[in-house]
Amino acid sequence: MSRRWISRGAVPVLVSLLALGLTASDASSSLVLALQEVAEVAEHVETPDYWSLLFVFTLSTFIGLGVIRRVSRLLHTPLMSITNAISAIAVVGSIIVAGSDYPTEIRVMGAIALFASMTNIVAGFLITDRMLKMFKTVDRKGQ
Amino acid sequence: MSFSVTPSILSFSYLVATVLFIFSLHWMNDPKTARRAVMAGTLAMTIAVLSTWGQEIVVHHLWIVIAIIAGFVVGVPLSMVPMTAVPQRTALSHAFGGIAAGLVGTAKYYLWLSEGAEHLTRFRMVAILIEIILGYLTFTGSLLAAGKLQEVKWIPQRPVTYVGQNIVNLGLLLAAVAIGVFLVFFPAADVAPKLFSVIIVLALIFGVLLIIPIGGADMPTVIAILNAYAGLSAVAMGFVLDNKLLITAGALDGSSGLILSIIMCKAMNRSFTNVLFGAFGQVQQAKEEGEEQVYKPETIEGAGHVLEQSQLVVIVPGYGMAVAQAQHKVRELYDHLTKLGISVKFAIHPVAGRMPGHMNVLLAEAEIPYDDLVEMEDINADMPQCDVALVVGANDVVNPAARYDETSPIYGMPIIAADKARTVFAIKRSKNPGFAGIDNELYFSDRTWMLFGDAKHVLGELVKQLSGGSGMH
Repeated sequence: MSRRWISRGAVPVLVSLLALGLTASDASSSLVLALQEVAEVAEHVETPDYWSLLFVFTLSTFIGLGVIRRVSRLLHTPLMSITNAISAIAVVGSIIVAGSDYPTEIRVMGAIALFASMTNIVAGFLITDRMLKMFKTVDRKGQ
Repeated sequence: MSFSVTPSILSFSYLVATVLFIFSLHWMNDPKTARRAVMAGTLAMTIAVLSTWGQEIVVHHLWIVIAIIAGFVVGVPLSMVPMTAVPQRTALSHAFGGIAAGLVGTAKYYLWLSEGAEHLTRFRMVAILIEIILGYLTFTGSLLAAGKLQEVKWIPQRPVTYVGQNIVNLGLLLAAVAIGVFLVFFPAADVAPKLFSVIIVLALIFGVLLIIPIGGADMPTVIAILNAYAGLSAVAMGFVLDNKLLITAGALDGSSGLILSIIMCKAMNRSFTNVLFGAFGQVQQAKEEGEEQVYKPETIEGAGHVLEQSQLVVIVPGYGMAVAQAQHKVRELYDHLTKLGISVKFAIHPVAGRMPGHMNVLLAEAEIPYDDLVEMEDINADMPQCDVALVVGANDVVNPAARYDETSPIYGMPIIAADKARTVFAIKRSKNPGFAGIDNELYFSDRTWMLFGDAKHVLGELVKQLSGGSGMH
């Protein structure tokens, strides 16, 4: 039964993603022009491939919806803890900001962000494991 | 350092980490494989951290080491909180995720501004603004949610509402968006750095205003929504930093938050907008009915005898059980009844507890086998065959008014059909209404008998009664 409402929930997501893609394509064409002008001025500005980023985002959202809707309802609390630890992957951004040769005040922000993410990683994985250890199945041998 | 991570090694490590993250979530679909999920996730995170750290551009190491050690110092104690406190820990971790995203976005803006305005492309500005608005509002919103869940004294538990609340919120949001649009087009204007900090302040305030009108009963939904925000802010960070691993991991977190929010909303028959702007949980106005309804009390002895005669007992636990620290007594009762050959099941409502799946964790902690924890949809079909429904600390999730009383705030919410059982015993500490502030009609039904008292005490007495009774056979 859960499949029906998930697909209903997925439709607005799909529509908004498409809308996002369309507006982005519109914006990016004007963006490309703007960027080309800028690039002539400053050659060292690298332009990321926005389209492939949007592709990655769209596809991983669908993978996420597909994988997570199969997660046992029993485990929704541990699921939230583990996804929380996983989204603390922001740690990689923080490391770059904290460790590169940037002005001190920028690096301070990076270091605080690194601390916050690291706390989430450590606490998130440990508490998930602690909770999962508690889930035991019936020992019906005695009966 | 003689060795440094090249871009291709970095991309390969990120790819491995991505695959491991997806497998990690895949293994969460069954309690049997779930612990593997933690190992995969930890491995992926370690790979990602080490390969990022090993790059040539990372030249300062001391602060990184200190921040990582500090993360362990704070993180390890945070992972040892009691199971009843897991919701506030989760809210706190969303706050940490939000502030990390907010700070990295802020750092990147000022960095690019100082390096030259050509770095602040429109695309980057849009991504940065989404990142910081989501990040900072998740930060204050989650802190407030954690405070409400922890029942910190100076944070009001009941929803705070005032006239024109939605207009104020909407106005703030519009102001932030308007400033944001200006910044996208003129990211390096003279006033831009100031306006940028104004947006930060607006987002921080907005987070508070968003959570203040939300009552305790809606906390599971709110936590799930904040989870989605935290994930999306990580995605935005990925767009800012041109980092696909961040986008993938953030999207996984975001979609998890989205799915859990939908489940929670369905379980309460409410919409997102209704949760966020509806200010649920206000005390309902007293019904002006002439007849006064009376509770029928039952003694421990009487309840014990009925339980002994049963074949199927369904226990309906609510958060009140955890508040009374009664889950271990519930487990003793479960053991006694099972020994007598009575089949005992637990009926789990999706919003039982204070976050998605919370009740399952609380019962698992009391070593109740998860095979006997049954979801609402599955147990409801069996309720007419159930001899005794024992309601422990649950209230709104068994209130039959949800089915027919259109004036009730919980009208339309799916409920556990405890009222279909042959006999209902409800353990209740006092005659006050529940979390949502609504009277429960189940308690006045012909089939319902009340066991007044602290849940832990009442269950302890029941266990004593049962063990005494079985000893005489």
